Formats: sequence, structure tokens, C-alpha cells
Amino acid sequence: MENFLQIITIFILAIFVGVEVISKVPPILHTPLMSGSNAISGITLVGALISAGMQASTLTIVLGTLAVALATVNVVGGFLVTHRMLSKFRKKG
Amino acid sequence: MGIQVAYILASVLFILGLKGLSHPRTAVRGNLTGAIGMLIAIVATLLDKNIISYEYILVGTLAGSVAGALFALKVKMTAMPQMVALFNGFGGAASVLVAGAVLSESLLRGGEGGMQFLVATAASGLIGAVTFWGSLVAFGKLQGLITEKPVRYTGEQVVKVLIFLLALYGAYRTTEGKGNVEWYWIASGVGSLLGILLTIPIGGADMPIVIALLNAYSGMAAAATGFVLNNSILIISGALVGASGVFLTKIMCDAMNRSLPNVLFGGVGKVVESIKADDIYGGKVKATTPEEVAMLLKMARRVVFVPGYGMAVARAQTPVRILTEAMEKDGIEVEFGIHPVAGRMPGHMNVLLAEENISYDKLKEMEAINDTFAQTDVVIVIGANDVVNPLARESSGTPISGMPILNVDKARTVVVIKRSLAPGFAGIPNPLFAADNTLMLFDDAKKAMENLVKAYREAA
Repeated sequence: MENFLQIITIFILAIFVGVEVISKVPPILHTPLMSGSNAISGITLVGALISAGMQASTLTIVLGTLAVALATVNVVGGFLVTHRMLSKFRKKG
Repeated sequence: MGIQVAYILASVLFILGLKGLSHPRTAVRGNLTGAIGMLIAIVATLLDKNIISYEYILVGTLAGSVAGALFALKVKMTAMPQMVALFNGFGGAASVLVAGAVLSESLLRGGEGGMQFLVATAASGLIGAVTFWGSLVAFGKLQGLITEKPVRYTGEQVVKVLIFLLALYGAYRTTEGKGNVEWYWIASGVGSLLGILLTIPIGGADMPIVIALLNAYSGMAAAATGFVLNNSILIISGALVGASGVFLTKIMCDAMNRSLPNVLFGGVGKVVESIKADDIYGGKVKATTPEEVAMLLKMARRVVFVPGYGMAVARAQTPVRILTEAMEKDGIEVEFGIHPVAGRMPGHMNVLLAEENISYDKLKEMEAINDTFAQTDVVIVIGANDVVNPLARESSGTPISGMPILNVDKARTVVVIKRSLAPGFAGIPNPLFAADNTLMLFDDAKKAMENLVKAYREAA
């Protein structure tokens, strides 16, 4: 229970930080914000790594490996595509 | 211990990364900061002693990296909304699989997971499944694989509510005893159906809201998986992304004058058409030619473009940029007025114009540009309709009444590039087209712009 309260505290505080930080992002960057935060949600990869690395049953391995692959697409693709977009935003003169 | 420190560091880098997105100047660095945070989190996890085997992980990451990189480097900027939707879906699917794997594993070991573990597992499966299938449908709609029109049927709301309740029941059964893996997959299956049913009725113009909402879901799914694994980095990142998605969803809803339930459960298009198109347009619409517009531009000191999704569809950005450069060379001040919901995802127009190498300080948001229209000689509306409809300001009882719009009608002359007088998504006529200071240039957006570039160059 104590542990649960601890992580729920982290969760709630993180939401406040998120709102605070994201409300400062100007509309001009809303698309990169979406794809960038999308890449961060690929953090599920960490969970996928843990489950794929447990190596207990074949089922866990299959599910875990598939999850690793999908989450990696999310992470790698997300950060790369955001980088591509952001590098187009230039100021002339 | 070591891994917790690494996770804290990664969280800090994620937050700093998002903070970097508050200005185009710092945004590239911000994104890299986030990527480094991700790398630290991954390496720390791999080095942690809980991981026994690496060969499957290697296969998975290699396959994922290649696919992700290929997608990211090949995709055209115009196809960005569907790309984001697709990536989003993959994250959701990963959450479903991870929670399923961990639940099976826990049961094999005798199932000592407590209530938090089981509830989080069920939530992870459910939200992840809704995210995955919702994103796939959104992808299909944006890619043109399924109709972009709202798919509506009788009894729709009842069906959705029933499926939702069924999914909740499946989630509840998942948490029984030490956990029930069969019910887990059933709940995820019903969640998949729910994801489809929630997205399929949503029409093209509402896509920015849906994409933002799916973004929020993917964050929540990651956070739920964090509660399954008791993993702080998943919880923190999930909360950050969830907050971002909810925030964007709210901005989009406000900008469209809709409530979120109204978007999810429908209602637009049902407003009785009290305004007759003929009463508004009858004899008052003035058509123009590229040559006439070119003359107006030559005499102008300040010109503002108002782009909408029509510009993206016709791929008219390039001639827009060419004309902009030509006018700037003549000393004309050119800016772009961008409505928050223009396009198919938040910020869509900005990305397209940035790709054309248009300086970002010329891309103005609605609040910033609205007061300048009175000092603007020519406004060129290209592929936008509802977001410049003065009815939003002047009368009640229309679907857009109260919606914030770009006040282009305050400009000296408004040129509207449009194929016909057909209404926009709101389904109502636009008095702007019949206003005294409005000229209609009837043509495809790209052709019209190319003709305009030509006429401008030929005009002395």
C-alpha cells in the first residue's frame, strides 16, 4: 500500500509537470509536440524489454519480443520523424 | 539502486526535452535531449540483472529500429498525421502485449500479484487495445483506405455503450483471484472493437481532435503498464504524454467550438439548416481572375495568406511559397494566419509551410494575427472555409456560432481561392464569399496559385 501511494504520488506530480511544460509549447510546434511526446510514450519499450528478458515461457518470449519490436518502431520512428520536422523550422534573415 | 538513478535522469531529460519544444530555436535540441533520455532508460534496463536473455531482445530492437527508421525517413510531410497515428498505435499494442506477457508470467509463478498489479494489467490491456485499433482506423481514414466521412448508423450510441460495459466487465473478470489471463485477452479483444467503434464515426475535420486524443490514450496506456511493473519511468513518461494529449485535445475542441463528448458521440451536421445559401449568395458573389488579383497584390503593402486543409490536399504549398518570395522581393510584407484546427492534426499547416522553407516567424497564430487584418491590404484564403466564416461571430443557432475565427473580412480585400461555393464541414453557407470586399477565384488551389504566380510575374 505504501508503495502504491508512492507511485501514485509520482504519477500525479508528473501530470502537473506535464501540463505546466506543455502549455508553453506554441501552436506552431504542435505537430512536432505530438510526434515527440508520442516517441516518449514508446517508453513502453522498457516494459517490453523486461518482459522479453524474463525468458520463462515461450509465450512470454513471443509476446515480449513482439512488444519490443513494436515499441522500438514507436521510439526510433517517433524521434527521427520529429527531428526531420523540426529541422525544417528555420528563420530567415 | 543504479537503475532508479538512471530512471530519474531519464525523466529529467524527458521534461527538459519537452521544455525545449517551447521555441523553434531550441526545439531540435529538445527532441535530442528526449532521445538521450530514452537511450539512458533503455541501456539501464538492459544492464539491470533482471534480464536473463538478450537474443530475442536484439531481434526485436533490430527489426523495430529498421522499420521505424524507414517509416520516419520515407514519409512525406503531407502524410505526417497518419504516420503519427500509426506510431501511436504501435505504442498501444506494445502495452497490450507487455501486460499480457507479465500476467501470464505471474500466473506461472503462482500469481502473487496484488490488486494494483491486476487492475493495472486490465487497464493496460484495455487502453492499449483502444489506442491500437483507434489509431489504425485513424491511419486508414487519413491514408484514404477507409472513408473519411463519418460512418453513422442507428443505435450507434447504444452499441458503443454496450461494448464499453462489456469491456469493463472483461477487465473486472481479469482481476479475479490471482488474475485471469483468458479474460485479459477477451477484454483486450473487446477493447479493440471499442477502439474501432469510437473512431470510425468521426469525420475528416474532427481528425485533429482524434489524433490528440489517441496521443493521450497512448500515454495513459504506458502509465498503466508502469503500474503493472511498478516502474517509475513508465509512469512518469506516461503521465507527461497523457497530459500533453489531453491538453492538445482541449485546445482543438475549443478551437472548433465543440465539446469532447460531442466529437466522440456525434451531433454535428444535425443542426437544421436555417440559413439558405441563395439568400446569402444571390447575385452578390464576385468572381475574379488571376490577373486582377495580381494587380491588387502589386499595389499591396501587406498580404496575409490563410491556408486550410484544401491547400494541403491540392499540394499548393510550393506556388504559395514562390509567390511569397516574389512579393517579398517587391517589398510587400507577407504573413500567414493559421487557425488552430487547420489541417488534419494540430499544427499541420505550420509543418507544411516550414517544409517549404517559409521562415517560422511569418507563421502567426490566430490571436496574434487577428488584430492586424484591419491593416492588411489583401488576404488570400486558400482551402479554408469554416474558420473564416463571419457567421461564427455574428449570429447564434449555427454549428459554428461562438467558434473563434480568423477575422479576414476586416481586411481591405479578401481573395478566396475555392473550386465552388460548396459549404465546408459545418455544412453552412459563408457570407464572407458574398461580402463587398471579397473576390472569388474559382479554381483548384494549386492551379489557381500557379496561375497567380504567372500573372504576378507578368504584371508590371
